[in-house]
Amino acid sequence: MESEVRLMKGNEALAHAAIRYGVDAYFGYPITPQSEIIETLMAQRPWQSTGMTVMQVESEVSAIHMVYGAAATGKRAMTSSSGPGISLMQGGISYLCGANLPCLIVNVMRGGPGLGTIQPSQADYYQAVKGGGHGDYKLFTLAPSSVQEMADFVSVAFDWAFRNCNPAMILADGTIGQMMEKVVLPPARPRLTDDEIAHKYPWAIDGARHSRIGSNRIASLELDAAVMEQRNCERQHKYELAEQNDARAEATLTADAEVLIVAFGSAARICAKAVDLARAEGLKLGLLRPITLWPFPSAYLREAAEHARGILCVELNAGQMIDDVRIAVESRILVEHYGRLGGAVFTPTEIVSAAKNIFKL
Amino acid sequence: MSVNTKDIVYHRPRLLTDNNMHYCPGCSHAAIHKILADVLSDMNLADNVIGIGSVGCSVFIYNYIDIDWIEAAHGRAPAVATAVSRLNPQKLVFTYQGDGDMASIGTTEIIHAANRGENITVIFINNSVYGMTGGQMAPTTPLGMKTVTCPDGRNVEQNGYPLPITDLLTRLPGTCFVSREAVTTYKHVLHAKKALRKAFQNTLEKRGTSVVEFVATCCSGWKMSPVEANEWLNTRMKQMKMGRLK
Amino acid sequence: MTTEILIAGFGGQGVLSLGKILAHAAVMEGREVSWLPSYGPEQRGGTCNVTVVISDERISSPIVDSYDIVITLNQQSLSKFEQRVKPRGILIFDRYGMVDLPKRTDINMYAISAVETAHAEDVDKMLSMVVAGALLSISPIVKPESLLAALQSVLPAHKHDLLPTNERAFNLGAQCVVAKEH
Repeated sequence: MESEVRLMKGNEALAHAAIRYGVDAYFGYPITPQSEIIETLMAQRPWQSTGMTVMQVESEVSAIHMVYGAAATGKRAMTSSSGPGISLMQGGISYLCGANLPCLIVNVMRGGPGLGTIQPSQADYYQAVKGGGHGDYKLFTLAPSSVQEMADFVSVAFDWAFRNCNPAMILADGTIGQMMEKVVLPPARPRLTDDEIAHKYPWAIDGARHSRIGSNRIASLELDAAVMEQRNCERQHKYELAEQNDARAEATLTADAEVLIVAFGSAARICAKAVDLARAEGLKLGLLRPITLWPFPSAYLREAAEHARGILCVELNAGQMIDDVRIAVESRILVEHYGRLGGAVFTPTEIVSAAKNIFKL
Repeated sequence: MSVNTKDIVYHRPRLLTDNNMHYCPGCSHAAIHKILADVLSDMNLADNVIGIGSVGCSVFIYNYIDIDWIEAAHGRAPAVATAVSRLNPQKLVFTYQGDGDMASIGTTEIIHAANRGENITVIFINNSVYGMTGGQMAPTTPLGMKTVTCPDGRNVEQNGYPLPITDLLTRLPGTCFVSREAVTTYKHVLHAKKALRKAFQNTLEKRGTSVVEFVATCCSGWKMSPVEANEWLNTRMKQMKMGRLK
Repeated sequence: MTTEILIAGFGGQGVLSLGKILAHAAVMEGREVSWLPSYGPEQRGGTCNVTVVISDERISSPIVDSYDIVITLNQQSLSKFEQRVKPRGILIFDRYGMVDLPKRTDINMYAISAVETAHAEDVDKMLSMVVAGALLSISPIVKPESLLAALQSVLPAHKHDLLPTNERAFNLGAQCVVAKEH
């Protein structure tokens, strides 16, 4: 399949991108607002074309452990859900990190806590970037703000995950999942063969023992504290390198910004319009959009905020990313939060008003 | 003194490692590991098999049987096995799970994997208690049996009935073979080996899910000597349907 | 140029489909598009709406405060969204069953009889195409031929026998603009 321009929902684009990337397996359980991912995969019947396995399974708990099983054999495995399901997966995500296994987890966020609402939200930021499960681990977390990025980040996430032997997450929200935009789907590439997997990923279990390096097992248990500490240190070292090298952000009109807005995902789209509206009024607003939420793009943020007298952190939650923003600027700049909660969404003029009120523009 | 090869009537299974097993004296795990290693060797499967370990006393099984292992989280082995089997259909995939793992926290996973008829063998070690965490009550603990979490004996009012998980699995169209075995006597060991062989054969032939339950001892959990534990289990087995259930 | 459009009505009236066909037509004309529905159980009855933004440039926000064009097909939507039309913007409302009529004087208002026309002409299931015809006769945001081509690409092949009826419904649209209120 060649590269192709299509009009589709974010959820659909992500599913198509997964097939075209050569993902080996998807395991999932339906939940709004992301059920189009599994529906699209099933409608495309990739088991007939690429040989991809797609399974609707009994629970999100099973889904994440199936991802674990597939990943243990070196396959590109993924799952997707929304908050309530992602919460159920947290144990499995910790095991994946503990066993150094790569995979992709997609969270199309909705309002919570609890069953909450199906409307968009960004309240799972902490869960994604601060470790929703037990133990010291991180997820490479990408925040798409367009349908195009829903498609593009599939390969970015898997490439990172396999390079670092660690799960990656695409943290979208109901708006990005449900909206349709033009998208350029990447050209299709074949799935890796078993021989290629054995060659590229010597750690992968293949049931033939000869491929092992030192060990023929995938496990996270280790009762010797000294060995366990060493494994943790190695993991943390991997994370330090990622923090140095893998952060991404997009800056818009930040050079002369008096007030810098920091927003990710769908909120960043709304803020981009707010910046346009403010500039039309002569107000110097700029926008920094973290693309990776972990590693957080602190250096980009410090650079963008160089001339700002204030930062407005705009999120569809009660103020979560603001912690990382404050740490990044080491509290040398006033950082305030503006948010809507539980599925309510702000509009561009609402954000301009908030910036005016908070920073007396 | 050297032994003439033709005089050898028994040897240590080739796939058992030299590691000392951590199991208590009289524990069935050791004997079942040995059977498993033997059958895998006999069937020439050592380089064509992926075992899924679980949480419980057998969590270190990968130290004892020299094949490729994936350690699953508590109860999730059938989910892990589902994915491994679907993505590596040419491999023999089996789980090795205890009763706390499979009959309690992992009920969802085993029921659905078996109901889908996944091409896996499930080796289910049922010793009626939680061994690893110190002999607490399991869903399989018989009525009246005392454990540290039912000190007056299991009773229906407080704990409900023992869960006949293996019998439930026979009712699912996805299972092709369900058998209840033991390793308390040599006769049982021989029978169990045959059952395991049959289960693996089914899996290789993609006939659906095969389940081999081992009713097993837990001397520590039961607070019995190995001899007492074996005798008690032999008595209990008289009230159970043993051998092939489906 | 950027046009921000809201279409609102009962679930089942083809609100989301109309938005989708407009979006596809705009893409066929090489323009940028965003289509954002109110999603979930609202699709199964109740009121639903969709925001379509069509632009010659990269679209910043798919969520907007106010609209260049608002199309309403029931009373709840009319009452809710009348105030969200930009000054000098366009409000198109189906007049069937309306009790509280819009009162603004700073916008262009058009009453249409799409529901009655669709019913009279036995094309109830193609109400969205009648509305599309009315919309394009009032504001040519996309070319009619693009819209019909988009319909063809959106409809699954096994429903292509319905294309002529859809086209007929579309052509009825222009005639059902009954009054320009201001």
